[in-house]
Amino acid sequence: MIRYIIRRLLISLPILLLGSFLSYVLVASAGNPLAEMRARPGVTEQQVQELAAELGLDKPVIARYWDWLTSFVQGDWGTSVALGQARAEVFPSVTEALWVTGRLVVGAELLALVLGVSVGVLAAVRQYSIFDYLATSTAFLMFSMPIFCVAVIIKSYGIEFNNVLQSMGVDRWLTTAGPPTEGFTGSIGDVIFKYTGTFLLPTLSLMLISFAAYSRFERASMLEIMHSDFVRTARAKGISNGRVVFRHAFRNALIPVATLFSLNFGAVLSGAIITERVFGWFGMGSLLVDSVRTFDPNMLMGWLAVTATLVVLFNLVADIVYGFLDPRIRLG
Amino acid sequence: MANVNLSSSTTASPAEVGGKGSSTHEFDSTTARTQGQLVRRRFLRHRLAMVSSAVFVLLCVFAFVGPLLWTFDYEDVSSRSYLPPSGEHPLGTTQVGKDTLALLMRGTGFSLQIAIVVAIVATFVGVLFGALAGYLRGFVDTALMRLVDLLLIVPQIAVAAIVVKGLSGSWYVVALVLATFGWMQIARITRGETLSLAQREFVEAARAAGATTPRIIFKHLVPNMIGSITVNATLAVATAVLAEAALSFLGLGVQLPDTSLGVIVNENYGQITTRPWLFWGPFVVIVLISLAVNFIGDGLRDAFDPRQTKVRA
Repeated sequence: MIRYIIRRLLISLPILLLGSFLSYVLVASAGNPLAEMRARPGVTEQQVQELAAELGLDKPVIARYWDWLTSFVQGDWGTSVALGQARAEVFPSVTEALWVTGRLVVGAELLALVLGVSVGVLAAVRQYSIFDYLATSTAFLMFSMPIFCVAVIIKSYGIEFNNVLQSMGVDRWLTTAGPPTEGFTGSIGDVIFKYTGTFLLPTLSLMLISFAAYSRFERASMLEIMHSDFVRTARAKGISNGRVVFRHAFRNALIPVATLFSLNFGAVLSGAIITERVFGWFGMGSLLVDSVRTFDPNMLMGWLAVTATLVVLFNLVADIVYGFLDPRIRLG
Repeated sequence: MANVNLSSSTTASPAEVGGKGSSTHEFDSTTARTQGQLVRRRFLRHRLAMVSSAVFVLLCVFAFVGPLLWTFDYEDVSSRSYLPPSGEHPLGTTQVGKDTLALLMRGTGFSLQIAIVVAIVATFVGVLFGALAGYLRGFVDTALMRLVDLLLIVPQIAVAAIVVKGLSGSWYVVALVLATFGWMQIARITRGETLSLAQREFVEAARAAGATTPRIIFKHLVPNMIGSITVNATLAVATAVLAEAALSFLGLGVQLPDTSLGVIVNENYGQITTRPWLFWGPFVVIVLISLAVNFIGDGLRDAFDPRQTKVRA
């Protein structure tokens, strides 16, 4: 197993390296981070040149990439090219943003998985019941919804809910614009109250989209297995319905969902980026949008490196989980 | 109810009826339906798919014929800012005084144009690369599949945003960028099918007869995969509509003077409670396009794959 993991990681290294080079060329050729500075009034060409030399922007792209790569692997991810502000270190900026986004994504995905799988199993066990039709049509609808619209609608209902609370003389509960800056303090009850209020709406928006995919997948694979020979054999042996559904069918029906869960990472990330923008969180989404606006090479490279590595790790986890769920697959 | 040619068969000599004669009799009297006819019949009887096709055609008319008939142009800013819905402006006006209905028509048009270009380009590239990889195997296969891995590693939304910002926000730039990151799925499916098809006798026969690689791919392999190619091309339209809208919503997709459904939502989502008509228009259109395309894809899948069909043909 460990040999398998090491081999997989070694295989993905050249892909990551090539990817980082192509990304660097792409970022460098997309635009000049100093273009905006040139356009500002009262900035002389000499100042621009000095800054360019200081940031290494006067060197050819290959040399810049080499500089970036050698310092990157040594742990120095460089600084942002913030104009007129203090330059931000890339590493802490990216990790902070990842922490904000990660909390949102992990909660939403786990909830979506549990709910989606339960609804999918129920819909498959009661095929063609009212519940099945309801679940299927809801999933189809959520599938076709752009996530930003879902987030915007949920946010507007959250605001209305808060207004109702206030008119009843209670404090606002749901946060619709960014997490609290001071952190969660107070008694345990207070913390839980604030925590749920902060996370409820963005988590819900993000969850609904993934939920649709999981429930559809689980329903389809569950149905296929419920009609397979070994399930019929199990029933013929006189095993109780619950045991057939959970021991024989359910476990096998989890396999395709596990793949979807780990390969879904890219989609979930872009969903999280959009949800964050709507709810005003400063996570990976805001970092990306701001860095793209200014063509900030170091920041974008840091961002891409972290997400690409995560994708590679998730694919690896997918294959390992696969091996656990399905003993027919031998890793090695 | 197809061509049961009774007249010719009844005039055949009655002495031949029975024994061996009866089977020739039967074959003479009916013409077998071609594969294409069967698929078409199954699709036409898929109720949801037919309704969805009608909705899709109506949306296209709305997007491409609508602007020709409507009084306002989408770039016309002469109206007053934020007018509520009225007979003159059924969906009100935006902040800068554009007629929202005109904007919605053009936005739908641009979104559809982008989605269709993405679907066509991505399908073509995906099928070509997938078939090449699956048919030629060896080095070509390894190289193309590593390329797929590479493109799947980088988050599409980030790279698309960087390229669009660097080039320009014209609709065709957005379309080409989305297509660049949208062909991998189709390539993988095509490769898988090609791998098994290429082992079949008819491909071997074609090769023995001296057919060239392009001929084998386009005359022998692709027609045999047309079902899954069509279904995936349809679904690519739905994905592209949502991807474009998401990108434009972040402000990193289509830029003025072009517009799109995502741009309209981005400009107006702050108004959802105060001026809901600005938000719900583009929202409903996006959901309609995406639902209709998904159902058409479902109908096509049922039509091409008789094993999972729900309707009889």
